[in-house]
Amino acid sequence: MPQSEAKGQRLIALFVLGCLLFNYPVLSLFNVPAEALGVPVLYAYIFAAWALLVALMAFAAESRR
Amino acid sequence: MLQGHIIVLVAFAYLGVLFGIAYYADKRADAGRSIIDNPYIYALSLAVYATAWTFYGSVGRAASDGIGFLPIYLGPTLMIALWWLVMRKIIRISKNNRITSLADFIASRYGKSALLGGLVTVIAVIGILPYISLQLKAIANSYAILLQYPEITMPASAGTAPLGADTAFWIALILATFTIVFGTRHLDAAEHHEGMVAAIAFESLVKLLAFLAVGLFVTYGMYDGVADIFAQARSNPQLSKLLTPLEGVAGGYASWVWLTILSMLAIMFLPRQFQVAVIENKDERHLNKAIWLFPLYMLAINIFVLPIAFGGNLRFPDGNVDADTFVLTLPMAAKQEELALLVFIGGLSAATGMVIVETIALSTMVCNDLVMPVLLRLKGLRLAERRDLTALLLGIRRGAIVLMLMLGYLYFRLAGEAYALVSIGLVSFAAVAQFAPALLGGIFWKGGTRYGAFSGLIAGFTVWGYTLLLPALVRSGWLPAELLEHGPYGIELLKPQQLFGLSGLDQITHAMIWSMIANVGAYAAVSLFGTRDPQEARQASVFVDAYLQGDTPGAPFWRGTASASELHRLLTRFIGADSADSAFREFARNRGLAWPDSKDSALQADANLVYFVEMQLAGAIGAASAHIMVASAVKEEALSIEEVREMLDEASQVIVYSHRLEQKSRELERATEELRGANVRLKELDSLKDDFVATVSHELRTPLTAIRTFSQILRDNPDLEPAERARQLGIVIKESERLTRLINQILDISKLESANVEWNPGPVDMKEIVEDTVSAMSELFKGKNIELYKRVPENVPLVTADLDRIVQVMLNLLSNAEKFCHPRRGKVEIALSEMRGFLRVDVRDNGTGISYADRELIFERFRSAGDSPAGSPHGTGLGLHICRRIVERLAGRIWVESGVPGETCISFTLPLAS
Repeated sequence: MPQSEAKGQRLIALFVLGCLLFNYPVLSLFNVPAEALGVPVLYAYIFAAWALLVALMAFAAESRR
Repeated sequence: MLQGHIIVLVAFAYLGVLFGIAYYADKRADAGRSIIDNPYIYALSLAVYATAWTFYGSVGRAASDGIGFLPIYLGPTLMIALWWLVMRKIIRISKNNRITSLADFIASRYGKSALLGGLVTVIAVIGILPYISLQLKAIANSYAILLQYPEITMPASAGTAPLGADTAFWIALILATFTIVFGTRHLDAAEHHEGMVAAIAFESLVKLLAFLAVGLFVTYGMYDGVADIFAQARSNPQLSKLLTPLEGVAGGYASWVWLTILSMLAIMFLPRQFQVAVIENKDERHLNKAIWLFPLYMLAINIFVLPIAFGGNLRFPDGNVDADTFVLTLPMAAKQEELALLVFIGGLSAATGMVIVETIALSTMVCNDLVMPVLLRLKGLRLAERRDLTALLLGIRRGAIVLMLMLGYLYFRLAGEAYALVSIGLVSFAAVAQFAPALLGGIFWKGGTRYGAFSGLIAGFTVWGYTLLLPALVRSGWLPAELLEHGPYGIELLKPQQLFGLSGLDQITHAMIWSMIANVGAYAAVSLFGTRDPQEARQASVFVDAYLQGDTPGAPFWRGTASASELHRLLTRFIGADSADSAFREFARNRGLAWPDSKDSALQADANLVYFVEMQLAGAIGAASAHIMVASAVKEEALSIEEVREMLDEASQVIVYSHRLEQKSRELERATEELRGANVRLKELDSLKDDFVATVSHELRTPLTAIRTFSQILRDNPDLEPAERARQLGIVIKESERLTRLINQILDISKLESANVEWNPGPVDMKEIVEDTVSAMSELFKGKNIELYKRVPENVPLVTADLDRIVQVMLNLLSNAEKFCHPRRGKVEIALSEMRGFLRVDVRDNGTGISYADRELIFERFRSAGDSPAGSPHGTGLGLHICRRIVERLAGRIWVESGVPGETCISFTLPLAS
């Protein structure tokens, strides 16, 4: 099943991406006393990255190609 | 003022709605129109992950740690990306093997080991109990706080009220009743609880909406949006350090990473998660939606955690209000009665969802993997002979549910106050994480063995108990505090919270590191260096190769005898007569057979039926118990190593046979091919023979006709001139000679062609033969005025040949030369020369020559140069043919060289004598 295989591999890639995004050292880049739209950068970053990851996972999981 | 009875009424109304939903879903399922066969319901049911701990505890942790609570939700988000790889396989395996629980899964993987199933159950129950008590605590606390509305006072510490007046006790009892009604109304062979799943999905919606409502209210009702809350927090010296909290406050990156890993494992191996994700899954394609919907749910339910936490800290700066209650106390402080009630219901839904699914999952495990295997083994109970066991099974499960909730309550009363909500939850997470090596190893690694899994679980669980449970008991005052401060017997290295001197980590990270090292280490080491039995090996390949097996794996290794009616009786006892009947009918229908109504006791079951019954039973009582029961009903010949080896031998013998067969058939083909070739050649030879006979007859008739004609003339004309008479008699004589020669040559050919001609090859002096034959022919040559030259070197080496035959060849060639050379100035030359191990003989004449096209032709029978097969008047057409046969037989070669026109040279070679 090449389609299911491709899906599995895309999702594994997203897993790796998520591990990078939510870990040292990427996380430490945002651990600074600054803010974006009134929200501390660290919080803003985590929720934005989270939302992005969910969107990518939706695309990977639902894609028929 | 909220009256207590109003709160209770609303709570019961909510539970009533839940029950209505469950009842409706069950009815639909019975009618075959499942409402939970739907990816959205599936994704929502996964959100049972978010318990009262999420609902109240996340804010509590955020209030002190900032984003320290997030790994608990980021971990599952990451893990679910791997579900397509991991969970799909687990679901496939579970469906193929009718797995009923986490314990059943692990036991089944490692050879249907009842011992392993029991161990998993014990670990799960001990590990989860604090988690259940946490839900009780959350409901009791929120009820107590709400009761004081509009005053905000923290409830007195638990366990002080007498039993009858303690709300937590009543909550436990109500939840037990509710769960029993939900989960154990009847016994489902497939262990599906459709009603429960539908209710859980609804609860997930309720708790999400409640949390979003309070989040929106706090952020935009009590404050002026998110930015306002953070701006106020920044101006507060105590709160501002929570805004960049990753150093120090939240335990640093190590703690962050380990919390992520821990929750990645929890989302798979919490019994309730396994129940909804695997056991209750209707279709593995639902994963497609769940993979992104579930993380989205977690994102949504967490988005207002930080605003509420900071809002609470700002609102209650003096620390009188427990941060775990901010979700409830903030609306109360703002005098929002209805919102507070909604929050209470949201917390109730989070707690009841967890308790219902968790206790149902645990009760299945306790019944199938702990109690039944023991009861079935106790011969004194004669359980195996009881007619109907369905009531017993349901009784055990109901008892297990009540027991679990009572134990949870007990824990709540005795130790519940020692910890914040989050810590209790994490202790449970760490306990179920111990299943990961055995389970994940089991589905991807065939080498994992029963003893390996057993050792890993024991080692991991022991370390968990020592590093997490023991300190909890110390804090509850059950054990002396010295144990934590100085280690057992004063051995500092063994301090439970700084094992082997590992310090600087938070408690959970510390426990996870050591327990995982012990668990994985023991699992791998014992598996690698131990042995396993055939049953294990079979299950290992059933699990690891799940995708290769299709939907209905067979029963490849079963050998034994059983009667069909015996199996039917067995199934009836566990799942009831109606279910058993319909199962058997289905089995028969799928195979195009008729299930006989009169139970013919002589009917023998085949391996497939035995396997089918075991799978049906496994759905009701778990793989380990089912295996024991089926084994008791059938005379299974135990599958020993020898038998497996024998089967393998048989298989390899079959392979050898088939190889031999192939070889034989190849040989046969080759022989056939040869035969066909031989047949073709025979036919050719046959037609050649016919041609030969025809030609010979023709050749013989020519001289015979001449002789007869001239003899008749001589007889009929007695008065012929003497000269004429002499001439005609001369012709008769000459034709007779030709006839003689022809017959001699035909005899020669047949001699040469038949195998039994005697050949006497030996050293022959060619020079001598040339001398002899030339002198024999010299009269003839002189008579025709032909000059004869010999070019013979001084020393001619001997050749290997048959003397008489070579003489024959020489005479043939010389007489040919005599016949075909120039009629008046005839010239014949014989030359001998040596070339590369051969002696070459050339016989040259100055006749008409031979055309290039005829060079091969003249060596064939009855062929002469430039004529039809009928032959020339000079020769028989056989001479050269005979020469070729002789020379080639003597390993030489003969050919025509016709270099100059008007000159013919026939050459042949003979091998030199060694």
